Amino acid sequence: MSPARRAVYRYDYRRSPDQDARAVARHPVVVVGAGPVGLAVAIDLAQRGVPVVQLDDADRIGEGSRGICWSKRTLEILDRLGVGARLVAQGVTWKLGRVFCGDELLFSFDLLPEEGHKMPAFINLQQFYLEKALVDRAREFEKLDLRWKNRLVGLERRNDGARLTIGTPDGPYELDAEWLIAADGARSAVRRFLGLDFAGVTFEDKFLIADVRMAADFPTERRFWFAPTFHSGQSALMHRQPDDVWRIDLQLGPEADAQAEQEPERVRARLAKLLAPNAFEQEWVSVYTFNCRRLDHFVHGRVIFIGDAAHQVSPFGARGANSGIQDAENLAWKLAAVLKGEGSEALIASYDLERIQAADENIRHSTRSTDFMSPHSTAERRLRDAVLALAPKVEFARRMVNSGRLSLPSVYDSPLSTPDESPFAGAAKLGGPLPDAPLTGPDGTPVHLLESLRGEFALVCVKNGANGSARPRVPDGIAAIVIGEDLFDREGLFARRLDATPGAAYLVRPDQHLCARWRRFEAAKVAAARTRALGR
Amino acid sequence: MPKLITASRFADPDSAYVALVSARRNLSDAEAAALDARLVLILANHIGDLDVLAEAIALAKQAP
Repeated sequence: MSPARRAVYRYDYRRSPDQDARAVARHPVVVVGAGPVGLAVAIDLAQRGVPVVQLDDADRIGEGSRGICWSKRTLEILDRLGVGARLVAQGVTWKLGRVFCGDELLFSFDLLPEEGHKMPAFINLQQFYLEKALVDRAREFEKLDLRWKNRLVGLERRNDGARLTIGTPDGPYELDAEWLIAADGARSAVRRFLGLDFAGVTFEDKFLIADVRMAADFPTERRFWFAPTFHSGQSALMHRQPDDVWRIDLQLGPEADAQAEQEPERVRARLAKLLAPNAFEQEWVSVYTFNCRRLDHFVHGRVIFIGDAAHQVSPFGARGANSGIQDAENLAWKLAAVLKGEGSEALIASYDLERIQAADENIRHSTRSTDFMSPHSTAERRLRDAVLALAPKVEFARRMVNSGRLSLPSVYDSPLSTPDESPFAGAAKLGGPLPDAPLTGPDGTPVHLLESLRGEFALVCVKNGANGSARPRVPDGIAAIVIGEDLFDREGLFARRLDATPGAAYLVRPDQHLCARWRRFEAAKVAAARTRALGR
Repeated sequence: MPKLITASRFADPDSAYVALVSARRNLSDAEAAALDARLVLILANHIGDLDVLAEAIALAKQAP
């Protein structure tokens, strides 16, 4: 492998006026890193009117698919950021998984067995296409200043922010940030400058990851094998991507020689056993091991970590980049509210609390999957193999087979939520993202629930037939959507998923998570719930 | 009529599996086998139904 990634898209370094300023320029938010997570947070902040300076040490979006599976919740977030339709059109939509043991199909699973959601369970799309879409979107904002070939070379924390030293082709310059967002990935420079411990569990197994170009009519599913007959290792995983590209992931075991395993002939021989008789070309290959770990805290004064800079998991379950984009969505509205004086700094502490909950959930699932795929001892392997042997026969064993539990959004147990006064059934969970539902406008135009929530606090109320047409008078800073007046629930799926009864009201945070709900609208309670959700 | 329940009964099957794996972590093979034998006896007694036990044995013998 060459050490530098080949460029897929290239961007020019441009000298910033900050480099010629006599006094050090001060910016409300500086984001370090322009990967999917950094771009998501920068765009979200820019959409909220917050000026952002974003730094990236490269001048390119590099080759290699890397992240490929983008989850429904991520797509809902990216839709709010303005790139959802483009990505879904470009990606390969899937929702079925099949798990094999040897050549035998153990079972299939459907990740989204119901209709009425705007976004699919997953799309597969090469990470560089997603980054390209986000960079294109970022460039639409005058106040989002994306600076390529700007490398963080020094960092000094201050009570009111951080002073950064940035290396460029023209030499170094300094910047002051009121808030610094570290989205600079698994090898975070910010984390290193702060000397933060990044401890966790390192898994010894090595995996070969390869993208090949091949015209084949394999189904558009996630296919996973335990003990495949075509590979002497312990597991194999296969995914379809756009452009006739296929992702193959082969477990090599702890003893594998990472250099030798990447030699093209060796890779070809391994892949041919799976792909023959199809002809294929190798696009990209890498050998990796992985860690499950996180920082003790994601917020360090005015420095905030998101994405891989804050936490890492194994790739099985698509919990890396997806959770990073969910970090970005959680942080963006909170930081915007603090900068506008609407929210207290307790909101930033709630980012730490909520996203550590999510990271721990991801690490727990990821560790369990990995332990299932790579038993630690003969005794553990025997138990695992017993599950696999029983799986074709009995349901309980199938439910224990763990080839990766795929990413689902977290339901926050959060002080920002107002506890329910009355019970609610349905799919909607207090602290979780609102489930999507198909609605129609007054003229019959189809609208999905989530696309009607555009990033501010919203109160979704159900018209109460009994007491006439009086529109609820919602407190300031909340958009009102009345079901039965503004939008219509013809299919009844909104009512079912939210357990909605006439007069019920749901307060939704700017990140579309549900933070309070009532059977009856009361303006004072809604105002108090919003205040609480703003950390005040 | 079969009496053995083979539908999944744990709300979170992964946690049940983890409990069984954790019990044998860092045990030798012989220690783990002895643990399993004790577990079988404890769970069989908890079930307390010879018909169910016979069905469970038959199912376990079928699997390769």
